[in-house]
Amino acid sequence: MKNNKPEKETSNRRNFIKLGLISSVSIAAGSSLISNLTLGEETEATGEKVKLLTPDGKIVEVAADNINKYPEALITPEESRKGIPNRKFVMVIDLAKCKNARKCVESCQKAHNLDYNEEFMKVQLIQDNPEASPYWLPKPCFHCDEPPCVTVCPTGATFKREDNIVLVDNDRCIGCKFCITSCPYSARQFNWGHKDKFDDKSQPYSPETSIPAAEGTVMKCDFCPDLLRQGKLPHCAKSCPMGVIYFGDKNEDIVTNGDETVSFSQLIKDRGGYRHLEHLGTKPNVYYLPAVNRQFPLERGFNVDEDIIERYKDVPYVQNLKKQGKI
Amino acid sequence: MDLENRKRELVKEFSPLLLKTSKWSKIWMIALITIILIGLYAFILQFFKGHIVTGMRDNVVWGVYIINFIFFVCLSYSGAFIGGVLHFFKTPWKNSVARIVEIITVLSLIIGPIFILLCIGRLDRLHYLFIYPRIQSPITWDIIAIITDLIGCFIYLYLTFIPDFAILRDNSENMPKWRQKIYKYLAINYQDTKSQRERLHKITRTMSTMIIALAIVAYSVLAWIFSLTLQPGWNSSIFAPYFIIAGLYSGAAVIIIAMYLIRKYFKLDHYIRKIHFIGAGVVLLIMSLLYGYFTFSEYFSRWFSHKTHDINLLETLFTRYFWKFILANYIGILIPIAILFFKKLRSIKTITIAAVIAVLGLWLNRYLIVVPTLETPYLPIQDTREEFIHYSATWVEWSLSFAGIAAFILFFMLIMKLVPIIPMSGIIDQEREQKRKSKKRKK
Repeated sequence: MKNNKPEKETSNRRNFIKLGLISSVSIAAGSSLISNLTLGEETEATGEKVKLLTPDGKIVEVAADNINKYPEALITPEESRKGIPNRKFVMVIDLAKCKNARKCVESCQKAHNLDYNEEFMKVQLIQDNPEASPYWLPKPCFHCDEPPCVTVCPTGATFKREDNIVLVDNDRCIGCKFCITSCPYSARQFNWGHKDKFDDKSQPYSPETSIPAAEGTVMKCDFCPDLLRQGKLPHCAKSCPMGVIYFGDKNEDIVTNGDETVSFSQLIKDRGGYRHLEHLGTKPNVYYLPAVNRQFPLERGFNVDEDIIERYKDVPYVQNLKKQGKI
Repeated sequence: MDLENRKRELVKEFSPLLLKTSKWSKIWMIALITIILIGLYAFILQFFKGHIVTGMRDNVVWGVYIINFIFFVCLSYSGAFIGGVLHFFKTPWKNSVARIVEIITVLSLIIGPIFILLCIGRLDRLHYLFIYPRIQSPITWDIIAIITDLIGCFIYLYLTFIPDFAILRDNSENMPKWRQKIYKYLAINYQDTKSQRERLHKITRTMSTMIIALAIVAYSVLAWIFSLTLQPGWNSSIFAPYFIIAGLYSGAAVIIIAMYLIRKYFKLDHYIRKIHFIGAGVVLLIMSLLYGYFTFSEYFSRWFSHKTHDINLLETLFTRYFWKFILANYIGILIPIAILFFKKLRSIKTITIAAVIAVLGLWLNRYLIVVPTLETPYLPIQDTREEFIHYSATWVEWSLSFAGIAAFILFFMLIMKLVPIIPMSGIIDQEREQKRKSKKRKK
């Protein structure tokens, strides 16, 4: 781990690891270690040894330094199809806490090298019925168990992994956009034209990082598997100042937002967790906790740039507010 | 020999159509080629700059291209269907229109799929469809269906051409060398003997039923690309039959338009007569009634059951797309019905006008199926940049669309230069049939 990371992040990561994700780290690191060793790299002995589990179930003892080399190791498109063993990743979004701070959007954009106007995570302003009070709804890809996008893909460029994650391999995508039209949640984006950032080959492409994006192909929220392999939370969950986004593993029945770690099933039961548009039968892996007992008034969400507010101009509630001169 | 003389006569009659190019058709061809070249430039621009040059964006990811794709493929479908039916039931007046129908079928089936290629962001990776095929995807079904259909239609068209190629081969002394060679090659040694003729008739008849079946499959699969998704405006069980009917509607209309133009510009009043227009007009009338019925059922059930997302779609249709909706689904259906329903109103001109309205209305109807649906997804379009919300096609898309139409007309004209648009063999068959009947009567 790099030393200049903020203190909070480190502690978040420790929490996460404490909760059992250590084995995932070990597995990932183990495989990277093997590739390191086969490359014949000399390892500098610092004396510290760590016990790790390799993908084929063996326990090996390695120098701690090697583990830290992991982030540089590439997960090739072929490897990325397998998924992280024994994991079933889920996300829980607590709508009661969201105030459209947009830190999730921004950190995701930064991490995935997206432009200001490209977002994997969108924040929508939803009003379920005229009487209901509107709420902010952060919307990532739902990584469905029955993903319509995967069914319709003619080349298998988008695929569902064993660990619940749905990824796009932009090396194989032909850009037919059928997945975009079949996703009922509008979770996918298309690279319409060429951008200089696509040429940046300093980092080899991996579907797990979605960098670099490629012209004429589809991209979307990827649940940050590169971070998951390191036992870290996805960027959106990590960066949310309100702790809105919980992330975790269904197999271990644990989710965490970095500060607080809870039982996934208990959380869903106690707080009436639901999935968006359940009736479509897509079986999303993103759950929402209803926006009851709000921690912030909705209007706090308009504390953003003018052009961001413009993005909600078609929402009847916003039009009303504008009429009353409140925004 | 009587028969040989008659063949010679027919070749003489039709050879000006094949050999001479009038000033007007030259001008037409130059104009069409210009349009195609502009389209080609637009294509090169799109290929190198990416889809950023089109009006398609993250919400409306399919635009005019896919509409043209549906439109041309449905033309082809109906061509196959109508051609097959005409042939299978040995319709008495079919000879004059049969070839027009068959050429429309094949040409539109070549041009249609080009439009779906334009929707693809990475044409350089097109071969991935075959390297990494996934049979679960409706696109794969579509590729299989269209390729099969195309091969079937090609074979059928060629079969109907063989006797004419043979006649032309035997009577082409005055024609240039290259033509003689082409006819000789394409006639595959067909000598019009009795056994050959019977065999050819049998194969053609079998193929005519095959292409009806093929076309139904191909067009259903095309409709499924839309109706198998979950989107509110698309997820409908009647889409496959609805598309088939819509295809027949536009197909009948385009055949009428083609008949009108060919009759007018090539002076074939003797062969393409009012009875053909009346016949095609009645087909168009039946189709317009069916098509209107399907359109009504589709929108009525959405409106009556008023699920939230359906209502969102209908609201868009009745506000932003109000005039387009009226033009497509009222004027585009009711006016042709009104014109064709009353016997007194049926003349060559009015029937053609009805056909033009039908084609334009149908194209708009397809537009309303594709674009507004993509503009009203389940989760409202928010938190996205302004220019991503609504779709309007750019000049690149329009010029490629017109290039498609121009290519269609140009190829049609070129095929007409190769074989007479009225099948000579059909005329001879007809005369032979008449002779046999009169002989029987004499006996």
